[in-house]
Amino acid sequence: MEPLSWTGSIAFLNPILMIALAALIVSIVVWIVGSIVLPETPVSVNVDGTISSGSGMRGLTQSALKYSFIACVVLSLAYIVLGILMGTSAGIIGAISQQFLPVWLSLIILFAMSIAFKRRLGLYGKLFDSPIGMIGFGLVMFWVFTGIFGALDLIVTHDPLVQVSGMKNKVPGTPLPSPEEGEYAWYLLGGDNLARDVFSRMVKGAWIVVQIAPLATMFAFMVGITLGLPAGYYGGRLDTFLSFLANLILAFPVILLFYLLVTPEIVATGVPNYMAAVLFIFPILFIGVLLNSRYYTRPKFRTPLLIGVLGLALWLYLSLISTGGYVINTDDYRIWGLPTYLDLFDIPGGILVVFVSVVFVNSPTVFRIVRGLALDIKTRDYVAAAQTRGEGPWYIMLWEILPNARGPLIVDFCLRIGYTTILLGTLGFFGLGLPPESPDWGSTINEGRKLLSIYLHPALPPAFALLSLVLGLNLLADGLREESLKD
Amino acid sequence: MGLFILRRFGVMLLTALCLTFVVFFLTNLYPNLEKLAKTQGNQRMSDEQVETWLENRGYLQPTLVKYGQWLGVLPGYIKTLDDGTFLGTCTRPGSTEETTPRYCGVLQGDWGYSTVFKDEVGSIVGKRLGNTGYLMFWVLVLMVPSALLVGVLAGMREGSALDRSLSTFSIITTATPEYVSGVIFIAIFTSSTVGLKWFKGTATQAMETPTFENFFLPVLTIALYGMGYIARMTRASMTEVMTAQYIRTARLKGVSFGNIVMKHALRNALIAPFTVIMLQFPWLLNGVVIVETLFNYKGFGWALVQAAGNNDIQLLLAISVVSVFVVLVTQLISDIGYVYLNPRIRIS
Repeated sequence: MEPLSWTGSIAFLNPILMIALAALIVSIVVWIVGSIVLPETPVSVNVDGTISSGSGMRGLTQSALKYSFIACVVLSLAYIVLGILMGTSAGIIGAISQQFLPVWLSLIILFAMSIAFKRRLGLYGKLFDSPIGMIGFGLVMFWVFTGIFGALDLIVTHDPLVQVSGMKNKVPGTPLPSPEEGEYAWYLLGGDNLARDVFSRMVKGAWIVVQIAPLATMFAFMVGITLGLPAGYYGGRLDTFLSFLANLILAFPVILLFYLLVTPEIVATGVPNYMAAVLFIFPILFIGVLLNSRYYTRPKFRTPLLIGVLGLALWLYLSLISTGGYVINTDDYRIWGLPTYLDLFDIPGGILVVFVSVVFVNSPTVFRIVRGLALDIKTRDYVAAAQTRGEGPWYIMLWEILPNARGPLIVDFCLRIGYTTILLGTLGFFGLGLPPESPDWGSTINEGRKLLSIYLHPALPPAFALLSLVLGLNLLADGLREESLKD
Repeated sequence: MGLFILRRFGVMLLTALCLTFVVFFLTNLYPNLEKLAKTQGNQRMSDEQVETWLENRGYLQPTLVKYGQWLGVLPGYIKTLDDGTFLGTCTRPGSTEETTPRYCGVLQGDWGYSTVFKDEVGSIVGKRLGNTGYLMFWVLVLMVPSALLVGVLAGMREGSALDRSLSTFSIITTATPEYVSGVIFIAIFTSSTVGLKWFKGTATQAMETPTFENFFLPVLTIALYGMGYIARMTRASMTEVMTAQYIRTARLKGVSFGNIVMKHALRNALIAPFTVIMLQFPWLLNGVVIVETLFNYKGFGWALVQAAGNNDIQLLLAISVVSVFVVLVTQLISDIGYVYLNPRIRIS
């Protein structure tokens, strides 16, 4: 087997792409300089009362930018399309784009459907009016699909944990020394210092992030909302106390907290299990109060609904916090949990402690945001109207204040998923929590950085993956903010 | 104002007490103590030996008592073994019963003895803080002016070409955590594969002889991540000011654009970024830990990693006190500064 070059037989595209990129950079510079130096576009008033503006020099710079940008996009698409068609003969880039085929297909279907029905999809549909939001959404969904299909073993070329002898620190595109039948014959992005496939590890790492980050952020939001709404709405002692607690956690440097909480010794004492038991009860409280405050006037509907929903939630809660039949299982004492035959899933101690500490770090910030929003919104007329109608305080908080605070909260939710991703990477970077051979991006960056001056390829793919996911989330939040401000 | 500061100091003290107690509690959990005993004594100690080792050094007293001893409100633990070795919480290697003080806590100015570095905690923290302070100084020198410049330039004409490109730049920097940008910088500027070799990949020499070559990358890495956020806040505040009534009046009266920005808008636009910069300190502290590990610069963050990795209780406590102190003091400064800069707000 020949080693793969980066672009293989489509190398004729490289000079064209270089020219297009150079043109793009030049036109960006000209555009910026032009916006300062050149005069504003002349505006002339016509006889019929309308105004028209000439294109002027500024218009010229703008269209130059537009065309060079389109040229770059078209060329990149050409690489991907040709890569899908030609596979490994189009080099590493071709092989990678072919491996990502399910992701491209899902992205195309998702975007086509969303754009076709965007007027009926509310805020989500409006996202497709803003180019920034679309780019961000595309980046995020790329990694979400990569994570999902990677977990289904569709994209990965090799087992991320298996070492192949002779592939240690090999450069991207190196063929395996003796590939077996049906085995992928190259390490597309090279091998790391333990001779594992960098590409497959990066793809598998996406699944860890896609699993933990949104879920942890959601739990943090539940905790923050359940505590922040009453703090803002009632004020007084409750507010003082809760704000003090939130500031207490916020005053902790995050890394110190991680180093104290996310160690095997702390897992052995069962502290994370206690924290999980406390933190995970908030979603149940939230759902219970949410439904009860809405339907308490119709007890015939409310009671079965609450029993059903809370029963399910409690079951999930108990299976979440109990492992092997115990809630807490240390050497000194143990607390019985759900019996194993009812336990839906077990979460290993290492993952649980990571999850709990990320939720714990994020919730005070959410609390502060929700409290501030509640303080602001509770002075509005519709809240006063609800109070006059005689609605209960929890109904007002959850069904009057919360829906009206959703704009900033959704935006913050996107930003916070990005921040959680960064936190997970930090944990991996310091080797905390997750097992050392785990393919998550933080751990792979940490492993790769040790040999960085000689071998670049093990550290850079996860670094760029993390960067693009967080960037996508930030752009998505920006697009959402822009669109939600419009109405 | 005096009362306000006094009250804030009270809250600060309470917060510091609570936080150190949390750190104290977590580091004094039995598995952590066991790890400490094994690293200090002998890896192959049996459970009984670990227990005697801890018992002899006073680690098995109730947590509150130990916390009181660390604070210096309770007398230190003293024990003389059968073979005449003198042990206790206040002892140092080689000290005898006569030279050991009765109280040794924070109140007496004694921060304890580091089990990892075999040295006084006070001097270690002082030395490491010096290194980090130097790093932070240059980070601020680089970060604050460039962030403000980017923010003001972007916010001065909302929606212009300059605004859009600078905003994109600041979004990218906020999306790049230190361990990503650091790795990318090291890869591009120091590795032999790319071949640029403009800078050094480690900052170990920068502790004695800091030069541009070995010190710029760590500074840049921390500064970039913090910069985007400050720039975006500055931009938001600048755009708000630029739409204010008095700016419109000035424009209508024919004041030139440069004068409007420099003389009318800038001062009011810089109030909000001031608080943001102050509140950015806790995040810089995080960045310091990552960057010092990445570039092997032996400062405060590096000491934190060492102390936490080896469960060095007293060093960890001192570090958490210092970092909590930094966080709370910057919060206080931001509050006071906000009142001072913005005459519309008065705290009675």
